Amino acid sequence: MSSPEQWTHPEPGAGPAAEAAQPSPEQVIAGLRATSEGGEELTQLLTPEGERVHSSQFDPYIADIDDEALRGLYRDMVLVRRADREANAMQRQGQLGIWVPLLGQEAAQIGSGRAMRKTDMAFPSYREHGVAYARGVDLKEVLGIFRCTDHSSWDYKEHGFHPYCIVIGNQVLNATGYAMGQKFDGKVGDDDGEATITYFGDGATSQGDVHEGFVWAAVYDAPLVFFCQNNQWAISEPTERQSRLPLYQRARGYGFPGIRVDGNDVLACLAVTRWALEECRAGNGPVLIEAFTYRMDAHTTTDDPTRYRLSDELEEWKLKDPIERVRAYLARNGGADHDFFDQVQADADAFAEDLREYCFNMPEPPPERIFSNVYAENSPVLDAQREEFLSYLDGFAAAGEH
Amino acid sequence: MANEDIQKLTIGKAINLGLRRSMEANNRVIVMGEDVGKLGGVFRITDGLQKDFGEQRVLDTPLAESGIIGTAVGLAVRGFRPVCEIQFEGFIFPGFDQIVSQVAKLHYRTQGKVKMPIVIRVPFGGGIGAVEHHSESPESLFAHVAGLKVVSVSNAVDAYWGIQQAIDSDDPILFFEPKRLYHSGAMRAEVDTTATPDPLFKSRVVRSGDSVTVVAYGPSVKVALDAATAAEEEGKSLEVIDLRTLSPLDLGPVFESVRKTGRLIALSEAPSESSLTSEIAARVQQECFYSLEAPVLRVTGFDTPYPPAKLEEHYLPDLDRVLHAVDRSLGW
Repeated sequence: MSSPEQWTHPEPGAGPAAEAAQPSPEQVIAGLRATSEGGEELTQLLTPEGERVHSSQFDPYIADIDDEALRGLYRDMVLVRRADREANAMQRQGQLGIWVPLLGQEAAQIGSGRAMRKTDMAFPSYREHGVAYARGVDLKEVLGIFRCTDHSSWDYKEHGFHPYCIVIGNQVLNATGYAMGQKFDGKVGDDDGEATITYFGDGATSQGDVHEGFVWAAVYDAPLVFFCQNNQWAISEPTERQSRLPLYQRARGYGFPGIRVDGNDVLACLAVTRWALEECRAGNGPVLIEAFTYRMDAHTTTDDPTRYRLSDELEEWKLKDPIERVRAYLARNGGADHDFFDQVQADADAFAEDLREYCFNMPEPPPERIFSNVYAENSPVLDAQREEFLSYLDGFAAAGEH
Repeated sequence: MANEDIQKLTIGKAINLGLRRSMEANNRVIVMGEDVGKLGGVFRITDGLQKDFGEQRVLDTPLAESGIIGTAVGLAVRGFRPVCEIQFEGFIFPGFDQIVSQVAKLHYRTQGKVKMPIVIRVPFGGGIGAVEHHSESPESLFAHVAGLKVVSVSNAVDAYWGIQQAIDSDDPILFFEPKRLYHSGAMRAEVDTTATPDPLFKSRVVRSGDSVTVVAYGPSVKVALDAATAAEEEGKSLEVIDLRTLSPLDLGPVFESVRKTGRLIALSEAPSESSLTSEIAARVQQECFYSLEAPVLRVTGFDTPYPPAKLEEHYLPDLDRVLHAVDRSLGW
């Protein structure tokens, strides 16, 4: 049986940086990759310097975000980042089989995650730890996936958060079907309307399932927000290996709106996602959001990004950090003081400590778990196999008694 | 008993009526696929359903199999019971990823929290003189996948009940339908809609005999029965078992029969290597080793892609190939 200790990882920095990773001016202009801006059509409400940008279209969607609410979003992002760093460290210590870092994508996930109503449903990929947190999923349950004790144990109905999907793009079609069901159930078009949101990356946009999801959602007017976190890299493949034009522009080809939002701006992500969900609930059909962001760490802990991207790209994105801009805004405008920031940091440390302690003591599932819940109704063939295996294991226990 | 309780139906009409009964009984049952609505499906199996149940219960979908299966997954999560039609078995492969990665595994992944009450109807098998990709037998691929259940019907009675039982099941079921028998007059049978049906996941002895056991499923059951009739003229008595359920396999009646006859022929149109007939042969030698008077023989399609239809009469196991195998078995 494979254990986390047996997983091997390349050492960071073992390979040469790929010179070809530097985007050409044409690629930057096209908005495929940008190291400083997301292009003219980027929706931004809070600049990297922490200055508020006003938008007649989107300001109404965050009218309720006062200083207290913004402090809440800040705290969410700090806790999620701290948990992410802790998990990353635990993987390096052999306590997790693998980890999928979200570093840099906190605003995209918290902003969109906090935009949902209780009755909405999210269909995540495998990096959506921040969305999971926003939906009230205990991150300890998420850790179970990566310590390999479980596949996805939370109650999806209670949290409105579907199990993680590892296969690239599958969840987009599953979300489409769910959203079709919301519409068939008459949950669209009034104040009690429901919507679905599905998360996927820039790499997934090359998958047939994502294309098919676009087609289905469009022709059935499904209340579905396609939330693409364009973090610029699909493992080592840059966005321009997926598309010749900015991803949000693809929506036009399917006949629904596409919008690019600053994925490092939690206010913009919140506002745009709220707008998109309302469009869905009103019965106007799907919306594609491209959250223009950057994956600050590796794709997973098995990956070595120094082989394929340049450090100056990373340095430029550090200046657009999603947490620092909120901190700057709050500090500058008197929305928070040192005590608040210190308390959040202390809360985050405690949050991480709790995760660490849980992880180290996470119980291993019993062997019979292998056989449980393969089917809803029993299978005599599987029942026989389980009985034979458990009897075999009992033989060792009996032998040990002598 | 009222006359309308017993209807003489082809397999195709029996499935249509079974679908109708399920849709009447549960308004969460929806039929979806390419051309299943106005056209009634390329084989007309869903004929009339959209007219009576509406476009939201019978969905003419865009043309993409992964989309059909993948959206069915989400609909099932939402509490619907989707019945997907794949037009021909050779087109199921774009949907294979969703079937194997999501349909089969979501219940397991979530420790039972997510149910996948999805039926995927697959017209399968050869003998209709079709072009490539329209005559294959990929059922073993799905029987190999944990989390899926696979059945194949061979007659109108099982077709009528089986489709309703599959829809009632909370597990995902691949429902393989013998397309060349859909409209066969020879396969018309009286379906008593008030009867108590046999369980879905049980195989059944459909003809008793004591010389050689022949186990088959789907379209091959008719071949086996025809062979048994012919063999009888030569004084050989074949016991024919309709497997009905391909996963989980119900081999109890096969073991019992082999203990009586000492001989087994496993019959299928699918290629033989790593197939259901392989599994049957392995399990029978494991369970019936001391009862066997001859090795288990297999009569199958060849380990080739399905050939051009002008050659399919050579490719498909027919009565003569079964009888040849019977002779080999008895001559051991």
